[in-house]
Amino acid sequence: MKRLWAWGALFLGLLYFVLPLVGMTEFSLKMRRGEYSFDAYAKVLGDPRFQETFSYSVVMALFTIAFGVLLVVPTAYWVRLKVPRARPWIEFVTLLPLVIPAIVIVFGYIRLYNTSSWLPLTGTATGTNVLLMFGYATLALPYMYRAVDTGLRTIDVGTLTEAAQSLGAGWGTILARIILPNVLVAVLSGAFLTFAIVIGEFTMAALLNRPAFGPYMQLLGANRAYEPAALAVISFSITWLCMGLIQIVSRLAPKPPSQPN
Amino acid sequence: MSESFLSIRSVRKAFGATTVVQDFNLEVAPGEFVSFLGPSGCGKTTVLRMVAGFETPTSGAIVVAGKDVTRLRPNQRNIGMVFQAYALFPNLTVAQNVGFGLKVAGMGRADIDARVKEMLALIKLPEFGDRYPYQLSGGQQQRVALARALAPKPKLLLLDEPLSALDAKVRVSLRDEIRLIQKNLGITTIFVTHDQEEALSISDRIVVMYGGKAEQVGAPFEIYNRPRTKFVANFVGTLNVLEGTVSDAAAGKVALASGEIALPGRLDGARNGEAVSLALRPEAIALGQRAGADTRLAGKIADVHFLGSVIRVKVAVGGSVVSLDTFNSPSAPPPEIGQPTDISFSASDLLVLR
Repeated sequence: MKRLWAWGALFLGLLYFVLPLVGMTEFSLKMRRGEYSFDAYAKVLGDPRFQETFSYSVVMALFTIAFGVLLVVPTAYWVRLKVPRARPWIEFVTLLPLVIPAIVIVFGYIRLYNTSSWLPLTGTATGTNVLLMFGYATLALPYMYRAVDTGLRTIDVGTLTEAAQSLGAGWGTILARIILPNVLVAVLSGAFLTFAIVIGEFTMAALLNRPAFGPYMQLLGANRAYEPAALAVISFSITWLCMGLIQIVSRLAPKPPSQPN
Repeated sequence: MSESFLSIRSVRKAFGATTVVQDFNLEVAPGEFVSFLGPSGCGKTTVLRMVAGFETPTSGAIVVAGKDVTRLRPNQRNIGMVFQAYALFPNLTVAQNVGFGLKVAGMGRADIDARVKEMLALIKLPEFGDRYPYQLSGGQQQRVALARALAPKPKLLLLDEPLSALDAKVRVSLRDEIRLIQKNLGITTIFVTHDQEEALSISDRIVVMYGGKAEQVGAPFEIYNRPRTKFVANFVGTLNVLEGTVSDAAAGKVALASGEIALPGRLDGARNGEAVSLALRPEAIALGQRAGADTRLAGKIADVHFLGSVIRVKVAVGGSVVSLDTFNSPSAPPPEIGQPTDISFSASDLLVLR
């Protein structure tokens, strides 16, 4: 009986999540009257604005990932190694982007870095891109930090660091050749999550007036019928691809050696 | 002792208000194997970590090969270290682990390969270069860790309880292997352990530590047979303690509950009536009369433990119970509990602890 309830709950859950996706996918295939076709997809993929905004968001995602790794890996490593008592505080700070809306952050940015401020980042396209990348990195921080911190938990950071130091390695070598390779799977998990966030983000890109994929999706959704559904399916596919890649790299992770009791 | 290679001078280490090492002095000769022996929390690992550079002394100096390294960073000291937890890099193969220090030092590929091969042959794992640490047993991992520490030809080798995590059989064989390698390479070595058998069996000298201080420094024979303090006597080996009082200080006589013992010249500065503890190793006592023994006390068998080749017998003597070991003999059954017996020993084997 218990089993039946469990299967029932699972079935209802699947219906709740899968039905809208099935409906949306089906709708995206109905552009041609009376038959299923990929017309909406062809139209979206052939749109130069799609290519432009998607490429822009991919490049931004790559920069955000690189910046996130450079910021989070040394920070999480240093906190674990030298100031473990500060961990709860750091965790709290990294969780803030979950409770502070993106619109608040971006208004703060605009207020601080506008053309009449001491650091007028919004005055140029490059400056605004840099600002947007910082914003994306902030939004991805809770996921990136947790992923890296969990990865660091699986290795004996202190002893590995001391072993490398006793062999003559400096901080740069230790981070690049010992710590990063051993948390690479965690970093990649964080990177894929960051990628998914950046690809779909709307608020920051729209308010900073950058040609990103999120605002393009919104624009298309406001003016077309079938194309937004096709775009949503494409967007979902990218996210799922990221999730699948996380699973694959997790399985390829180097196994930790047996530890003494 | 020849000129010292490692000099630890008046080193003190405090963490906040807690002093964990105080006024620690030690001179280690080139090629010497010195063990730090003591219970948990005695400061032995802290001293080792200060030599390695992972902790900075609050005061004092550490000199290696004539150079003051007290303020140098660990990666500037050229000191090899083996850890209790192996600490092999999981993402690198055995060969890459062993060659890590050489690569960091900027050595050429061919030279690294040659040195790695030499090191793997030294630890008798020549075929294991391509394996990853998780594919090795604990003993093999620790041998690789030893090879990795030795590969860059360090000035000094530090071993932080490297055998503690291994099972008994591997521990003994690896212990002998470490000592053999150390002797062959002639590398000055500091070995931290809480296992007295380990320390006694492989060290040139032992530093017995307690409460952040060196209680006694000496060769294993000296530490075991001539402990200078009560702590050393109790910590190293099994010890029988007979409590007594000085009955005639001038003649060196001590009164025990079971009789009087003469210890001429061994009670200097004692006063009549002063309490004194006399300690004796189990192997110095014999059941019945031993040839050459000058002291005999009457007692009763209190307990018998059959341990295979050895039988540990406990004998109640006066108010004390002393342990002694006899070899098992198939033709002579062990003594029975309650049976009256005499024990004998040489008074010169007694350690006077005051």
